Amino acid sequence: MRKKSVSRIVFEIINYCVMFLLTAICLLPVIHVLALSFSSNTAASAGLVKLLPVEFTTYSYQYVAGRKEFWNAVLRSLLRVGIGVPLSMLLTILIAYPLSKESDKFRFRTVYVWIFFFTMLFSGGLIPGYILIQNLKMMDSIWALVLPIAVSVYNVVLMLNFFRGIPRELEEAAQIDGAGHLQTCFRIYVPCALPSIATISLFTFVGHWNSWFDGLLFSNFSQNYPLASYLQTVVVKRDMALIGAGDLQALQNISDRTVRCAQIFMGMLPVLVVYPFVQKYFVKGIVVGSVKG
Amino acid sequence: MKKKGYKKKYTAAMFRRELPLHFMILPGLALVLLFSYVPMGGLVMAFQDFIPSKGLFGDQKWCGLENFRFVFSLPGFNRALQNTIIIAFWKIVLGLLMPILFALLLNEIRSVRVSKFIQTVCYLPYFMSWVILGGILVDVLSTSGIVNQALNGLGMDSIFFLGDNRYFRTTAIWSDIWKNFGYGAIVYLAAILGIDTELYEAARIDGANRWQQTWHVTLPGMRMIIVLMLVMSLGNVLNAGFDQIFNLYSPAVYESGDIIDTFVYRMGVIDAQYGPATAVGMFKSVVSTIFISVSYFLAYKFADYRIF
Repeated sequence: MRKKSVSRIVFEIINYCVMFLLTAICLLPVIHVLALSFSSNTAASAGLVKLLPVEFTTYSYQYVAGRKEFWNAVLRSLLRVGIGVPLSMLLTILIAYPLSKESDKFRFRTVYVWIFFFTMLFSGGLIPGYILIQNLKMMDSIWALVLPIAVSVYNVVLMLNFFRGIPRELEEAAQIDGAGHLQTCFRIYVPCALPSIATISLFTFVGHWNSWFDGLLFSNFSQNYPLASYLQTVVVKRDMALIGAGDLQALQNISDRTVRCAQIFMGMLPVLVVYPFVQKYFVKGIVVGSVKG
Repeated sequence: MKKKGYKKKYTAAMFRRELPLHFMILPGLALVLLFSYVPMGGLVMAFQDFIPSKGLFGDQKWCGLENFRFVFSLPGFNRALQNTIIIAFWKIVLGLLMPILFALLLNEIRSVRVSKFIQTVCYLPYFMSWVILGGILVDVLSTSGIVNQALNGLGMDSIFFLGDNRYFRTTAIWSDIWKNFGYGAIVYLAAILGIDTELYEAARIDGANRWQQTWHVTLPGMRMIIVLMLVMSLGNVLNAGFDQIFNLYSPAVYESGDIIDTFVYRMGVIDAQYGPATAVGMFKSVVSTIFISVSYFLAYKFADYRIF
C-alpha cells in the first residue's frame, strides 16, 4: 500500500464530515419528530425536546388511536392500496408484454407506443380532469383514486425493458409447445420478471400510500379521505374542524403539536417498513429502466 | 420508436396471431383514453364560459380567447409565472449539481458499509410524501421550532422560513434538494461504477493525482448521463413542484411562493372559475410540452436515448 499524503488525509476528514452532516440532515428531523411525539405536552411546548423524548408518554398515540377519523382514513388507504396495486400491476404487465415485441411481431406496436408516449408529453391538466371525475359521478368513490392513475406509462417502460431481457428462446419454446400469448406472458414472462414486478409493486404501493392530492380533490366529504389526505388537512393545514372541538379537554393533556408529530410518524410507518425491500431492488430497477432505455 | 422497412404483407393469419396482443392492451388503453385523452379534449373549456351542470362536452357558451385575455391581465398570474420560473430554475440547476457532487464525494468513501449506510439514510426522504415532509418542516422551521432554537442559541434572530417572503423561495428550493439529492445520485453512482478501472490505472501511471483523476477520468465518464439528466430536466421549466409548495405555503407568502399550479388550483377548484383556470393550465401544458418534446429530441439525438 502506498502511504496516504497529508492532503489526502485532510480531504478524507473533511469528506467524512460533509457526509456525516448530510446524513444528519436527512435523519435528525425524523428523529426529532419521533421524540416530540413521545414527549409530554408541557415539554414539547416549552421547547425542551431535542432528539430524545422528554417526560416520556404515549398519550399522543393513545389519543390518535382513539380517533374514529384516523382509523377511517387508514381503512380507506388500505382499500385504495388493496385495489390499486394489483390493478396497476395487472394492467402494466398486460400493456408491457405486447409492447415488448418487435414491430415485425406486432404490427401496431408503433401506434400504441405513440398513444402511450404522448401522455408523457402532454396532459389536460388539473381542471378538465377534475370536471371529468365529477361528470363520471366518481366523486367520493374509491375508483376515482385508483382508475385515473392505474396505468403509469413510466412503469410500463420499466416493465417492458425487463421483459426484453428475457431470452427469446424461452418464448419460442413455449410457442412451439402450443402456448398462446396470454399463457406465454403469465407462465414465462411473469415468473422470470418476478423481482422487477416486486420492485414496481413496491413503488406503486408507496405512490398510492403517499398520494394525497387526489383524495382531497375527488372527495366532497372528509370521511372519504385516505390517510395521506387526512394527514394533509390535520397536520399541514391544521384543520381544527377535523380534530374536533369536543376534544379541547383532551388537548390539555396532549398538545396539538405532539399529536401532529405522532400522526406524522404513523403516516410514514408503512413506508419505513417497506423501505428496506424497496432499497434492495430499486437501484437496479432505475438504472436498467431509465438509463439503458 | 425505431422504424424498419417492412417487406412482409399483413395477412389474415398474422392478424389472428396478433389479435390477443390487442386484447391485452385494451383495458389499459381504455383507461388511458378516458383519463388522459378525454381531459386533453376537455381543454376546450379554456375557450368556453364553462358551466359545470352542462357537462364536460355539453352545450357550453363559447367565448374565444376571452379567458386567456382575462387571466393574462391578472397580477396574480404574472406573479405566479415569475415565481414558478425562479423556483423551477434553481431546482433544475441545484437538482442537477448537488446529486453529482454527492455522488463524487460518496465515491471517495472507501468503506462499503459506511457508504451503504449513508446511501440508505439519504435516499429515505425521497420516499416520504410532501405531506409528511411538509408536516416535519412546518414544525422544525417554525418560530419556536428546533432550527430557530439553534439559531437563537448562536445569538441570531429567529427566521420565519415559511412565513417570510424573503426566505420562502430559498426554503422551498433547498428543502426540495434535501428530499431528492440522495435518490438523484443513484444514476451518477451507477455511471461512476461503470468506469473502467484501467483508466484510473493509466492516469496514475501518467502521474495524475486524485483531483486530476476525478477531473479527467471520473467526470468525463459521467458526461453522457449528466447531459442526459440536464436535457431531461428541461421539461420542468414550469414545474415548481405543486405537492411541495401546496404543503408549505400560506397566504402570507403568495407574493414569493405562489406558483402556476397552486394558482390554477385556487382559481379553478376553490373559486370555481373553471374557464380561466383551464386557460392557465393549458398555457402551462403547452409550454411544458414544447420543452419536454425538445428535451426528448435532444436526448435522442445526442445520447441516443429512447424511452420505448
